[in-house]
Amino acid sequence: MTQPLLSVQGLTKHFPTRSGGPVRAVDGVDFEVRSGESLGLVGESGCGKSTTGRMMVRLLEPTDGRIVFNGRDITHLRRSALRPLRRDLQIIFQDPYASLNPRQTVGRIVAMPMQVNSIQPVGGINKRVQELLETVGLDPRHHNRYPHEFSGGQRQRVGIARALALSPKLIVADEPVSALDVSIQAQVISLLRTLQRDLGVAYLFIAHDLAVVRHVCQRVAVMYLGRIVEIGDRDDIYERPQHPYTRALLSAIPDPAVLEPAGRLRLTGEVPSPQNPPSGCPFRTRCWLARERCGIEMPALVARDNGRQLTACHFPISEPLR
Amino acid sequence: MKTRAKAIPDVGPITAAQEFVGRSPGRFAWERLRRDRTAIVTGSMLAAFLVIALAAPLIELLYGIGPHEQFQHELDSFGMPLGVAGGISGEHWFGLEPGLGRDIFIRMVYGLRTSLVIAISAATITTTLGVVAGVVAGYLGRWSDTVIGWLIDFALAMPFLIVALAVAPTVALRFYDERDEVPAEFQAIVLVTIFAVFGWAGTARLVRGQVISLREREFVDAARASGAGVGHILFRELLPNLWAPILVSYSLAVPAYITAEAALSFLGIGMLEPTPDFGRMIDRSLGYLQTDPAYVFFPGITIFAVVFAFNLFGDALRDALDPRSSRSPLP
Repeated sequence: MTQPLLSVQGLTKHFPTRSGGPVRAVDGVDFEVRSGESLGLVGESGCGKSTTGRMMVRLLEPTDGRIVFNGRDITHLRRSALRPLRRDLQIIFQDPYASLNPRQTVGRIVAMPMQVNSIQPVGGINKRVQELLETVGLDPRHHNRYPHEFSGGQRQRVGIARALALSPKLIVADEPVSALDVSIQAQVISLLRTLQRDLGVAYLFIAHDLAVVRHVCQRVAVMYLGRIVEIGDRDDIYERPQHPYTRALLSAIPDPAVLEPAGRLRLTGEVPSPQNPPSGCPFRTRCWLARERCGIEMPALVARDNGRQLTACHFPISEPLR
Repeated sequence: MKTRAKAIPDVGPITAAQEFVGRSPGRFAWERLRRDRTAIVTGSMLAAFLVIALAAPLIELLYGIGPHEQFQHELDSFGMPLGVAGGISGEHWFGLEPGLGRDIFIRMVYGLRTSLVIAISAATITTTLGVVAGVVAGYLGRWSDTVIGWLIDFALAMPFLIVALAVAPTVALRFYDERDEVPAEFQAIVLVTIFAVFGWAGTARLVRGQVISLREREFVDAARASGAGVGHILFRELLPNLWAPILVSYSLAVPAYITAEAALSFLGIGMLEPTPDFGRMIDRSLGYLQTDPAYVFFPGITIFAVVFAFNLFGDALRDALDPRSSRSPLP
C-alpha cells in the first residue's frame, strides 16, 4: 500500500473573537489524497472548505492537527523549510479578477513562482512561460498582455498556468469555476481534467456545486459546520449517500436523473453558528431523522457494512438513491 | 498582383511584436494624461518653472544683474524707484524694490528656486517617510500598526503653525548667536524638518489604507503560497499598485509646501533676508501697497500661478491614474 500524497489528521482552525468563544471554522478534519487522485470537498458556504484549503498551502496556520505531505509533516514548518515543498503544492483561487496582479503582465504572473523559488527551467523562464500558456490553452504570444485584457475564463487559465509553473504534485483548487459563466465553467473543468490525465497532478477540489465535483473527482468529502460528515468514492457518495445531509445536498442538484423519489429535500433553518455549535451531531438541528441520541453523542466518522464509505451519523440511510 | 496591392492600401506589415504587446495600466494613464488639455497646459507651466529655477545662475548671467545688487541711484530721495510701475524698464523687467533697490525679476527667479527646492525636498521626504510608515503599519499590522497609528494621530493633532512658530527661531538660536547671520541652508533644513515631522502622517494614513485593502487580495495570497518573502510581496506585488495614490499625494503635497514655506517666511520664521524668497518679498511689499503696488503684484501673481498649476496638474494626474474618480462624465 503506497502512502498517500497528502494526509490530514484532526485538522482544526479556530478563529479567536472578541466576544464569546472562538469560531470553530474547521473542527477536526481527517482525509487523504493519493497521488494523481482528486478529492472533492463540498459543503455550504461557511462550512470550512476554503479554510481547509488555505491551511493546506499554509496561508492559514492550523490551530491543531497534522498535515503530512509527501511523507513530511508540514503543519508548522517555517517558510524557508517549507520552500522546497511549495514546488509540489500549489493553489488556484476562486476569483480570477482578484487573483492576478493588475500591474503585471501575464508572463510575469506565470513566471512569479519560478522567480520566487529561483528556479531556472531548461530553455529559460520565457520559454517555460510560453509552454505553460500553451498548456492551459492561451496564445503564448499574449504573454506581454495585462490581466485586464483577458476575459474571466482566460484569467482563470492564467491562474492555472501559474499554479502549474512548478509542476506540482497537488493543486488545491479553491472553487476554481464558481466565479465563471456556466459555458466557461465547462471549458475550465475539462482543462483541469486534461491536466490531471496528462500531468498526473492530484487535486483537492473545493466546490459547492456537486455536479461539477462529480465531473472532476474520484473521491468526495462532504463538510458541514467544520467537520466531514461523509467521505467516500464518487459513485458511493452520489448513488448510495448514507448521511442525510449528503442526501439533502444531492437533492438540490437540478438534474432529474438524481432526484430523490420524494423530490427535493428541503432543509429548514439556518446553519448553526460555528461559534456555538449544537451539542452532539452538528447537523441534528436541521435533520429530519434526529432523535434524542443525536443531541447527546457526537457521531464518529466510521464505515458501515464493510463499505469504504465513511459516514458520521447515528442513523445512516442504507437504501441507495433511485 | 497589382490589383491586389491596390485593394489593400496603406496597411503596413503587422509584425507579431506590434500585434501582441499589451498596454499596461500605467501606459493607459499616460495616454489619458496626454489627452487632457489641462494637464498639458499646467504640465508645461510646471516644466517652465522648474527650468527657470534650475537655470537661475544661467539666467543671472544672461540678464546681467545679480539678486543682491542694489541700484540706489535709480531710486528717488524717498527710496521709491524712479519711472513707471515700480521702475519697470528694459534693464529691470519687473522693476526695483523700494528701499534697497534690488532687481525684482532676478530675485523672483532665485525665489522660485528657494521655494521649489524646499517644497520638493519636503514633499520627497514626507512621501518617503509616509510610504514606509504606511506600508509597515498596513502590511505588518499588529503592534506596529498600533504604534504608527498613534503617531499618525499625534502628528495630525499637533497645531502646525504654533509648533512652527515656537520651534523655528529656537532652533536657530541653539546653533547661532542672536547677532550672527543664520545661513540660508540651515534655515531651509529647519523648514524641511518641520514639514517632514508634520507632513508624513497624511501619506502614511493613505498608504496604510491602500496596503490593508491590497494585502487581502488573492494575488498576494498567490505569491505567499508560492513561497514569496516579504520583500517580493512589498516591492513586486504591492508597490506597483501603490504608485498611483503616492504620485497624486506627492503632486498635491508640493504646492502645499510652497504655500506653507511662503507663509512661514512671510511671518518671519522661514527664510530670512537676504535670501530671495516669495514670502519675504510679499511681506516687504505690503509696506508699499499704496505707494508701489507693482511690487506686490509680480511675486503675488507668480506664486499663485505656481501653486495653481501644481494643484490642477495633481488633479489631472489623479483623473488619469484613476478614471473612475473623474468628476467629468466620459466623452
